[in-house]
Amino acid sequence: MSPVSRGFHHRALAGQESRVPPGQYVTPGFPVLSAGPTPHTPLDEWTFSITQGGQPRKSWTWEELRALSAETITADIHCVTRWTKLGTEWRGVSVDTLLTQAGYKAPYVMAFCDGGYTTNLPVADVTGGRAWVAFGYGGAPLEPEHGGPARLLVPHLYFWKSAKWVRGLDLRESDEPGFWERYGYHMYGDPWKEQRYQGD
Amino acid sequence: MERTAVSGRLSWQVAAVVSVTWETASVATIQLDPPDWAGHRAGQHLDVRLTAEDGYVAERSYSIASAPGEQLAITVERLEDGEVSPYLAGELRAGDELELRGPIGGYFVWEPGDGGPLTLLAGGSGVVPLRSMLRHRVNTASDVPARLLYSSRGWEDVIYRDELGQHHDGARVSYTLTRSRPPGWTGHTGRINSALLAEVAWPAKTNPLAYICGPTSFVETAAAGLVELGYPPERVKTERFGATGGR
Repeated sequence: MSPVSRGFHHRALAGQESRVPPGQYVTPGFPVLSAGPTPHTPLDEWTFSITQGGQPRKSWTWEELRALSAETITADIHCVTRWTKLGTEWRGVSVDTLLTQAGYKAPYVMAFCDGGYTTNLPVADVTGGRAWVAFGYGGAPLEPEHGGPARLLVPHLYFWKSAKWVRGLDLRESDEPGFWERYGYHMYGDPWKEQRYQGD
Repeated sequence: MERTAVSGRLSWQVAAVVSVTWETASVATIQLDPPDWAGHRAGQHLDVRLTAEDGYVAERSYSIASAPGEQLAITVERLEDGEVSPYLAGELRAGDELELRGPIGGYFVWEPGDGGPLTLLAGGSGVVPLRSMLRHRVNTASDVPARLLYSSRGWEDVIYRDELGQHHDGARVSYTLTRSRPPGWTGHTGRINSALLAEVAWPAKTNPLAYICGPTSFVETAAAGLVELGYPPERVKTERFGATGGR
């Protein structure tokens, strides 16, 4: 039983509760959370790669990626540090498109990024129109501090799974922990089940 | 270097509030006595959960202010438009109960074995986890030299002011005041920039280890500035409390 916090009252906006997962609060801002300095890779050196166990399968230059059919995505996003931002608008290429072009047969992926960040995801969660490589936000190019030039966008999971500065996906036979997952964060990260930390 | 900070499930527990001490007009340090605390590492945080009479629940993360082995404490800045911080730094009293779980996070941590020299850069209440590191350094009689640059709006907003003034052996604390300064102030003024970092941070050739904590704009400037000075990005660890803005 949680003790009642005497004198504590609800201050959140009314009417949005059904879109806000447990333990989250709505913020109008767009907070930034990164473990280190913001990397700046020139676009003419940037590529996105699908690899399998580290072996290359297919790679796109920035221009090649931007030439692929893109979608506008409107989604609510949920950070494990407890902020939720409703109705964010993104522009990006579906991961389905990339994986289909590369060809794949694996149950998991590890996203890898500039700066060494990684995060693990089931393939089922990055296919079926549920994940994108996003390069636009709010009608403008995605800013570096928010993961530009491109980040993964997997809005149905906690936002650390939407890896900033993403450079590719490595297809894996087993589910291995990425950067935050090694530090005790949940392997899957469903905000509606409050899967913040290992064991949640 | 990779270590798992959390093993098994992190359970919520009800801690007793031992004391509430005001550091500044809007910042309080809350000492806590949880029944089951396995210890923490300098730089880690914990989660707090408040429950209103109508059952509404709010959770937030706070950096741990105490050093490993000390009475557990968090330091909370009261944000007037916040939901949780006005309760913690305002309503909460010694003898109250507070639900929490932790410790959490294993990346933004320092132990003497991690070495240094340490470049610590704090913006506002971002000083909290760095204070834990500095205390840990003293408590373990570590000979790793440390330099803290603390950016604060004014002198009256400086958290742990007396304590930070007592760090001498191998630790140097300097301040930059961004909005107001007391009469006769001879320290740095204005927001952090490359010139100031070049002056106060350990030179890159000493192979320093950097920890930066503060609002996003501070962290972005500070981290980019250290990389510009030649710090390898993997030696620059950041934590941004803008991410939990409104707490």
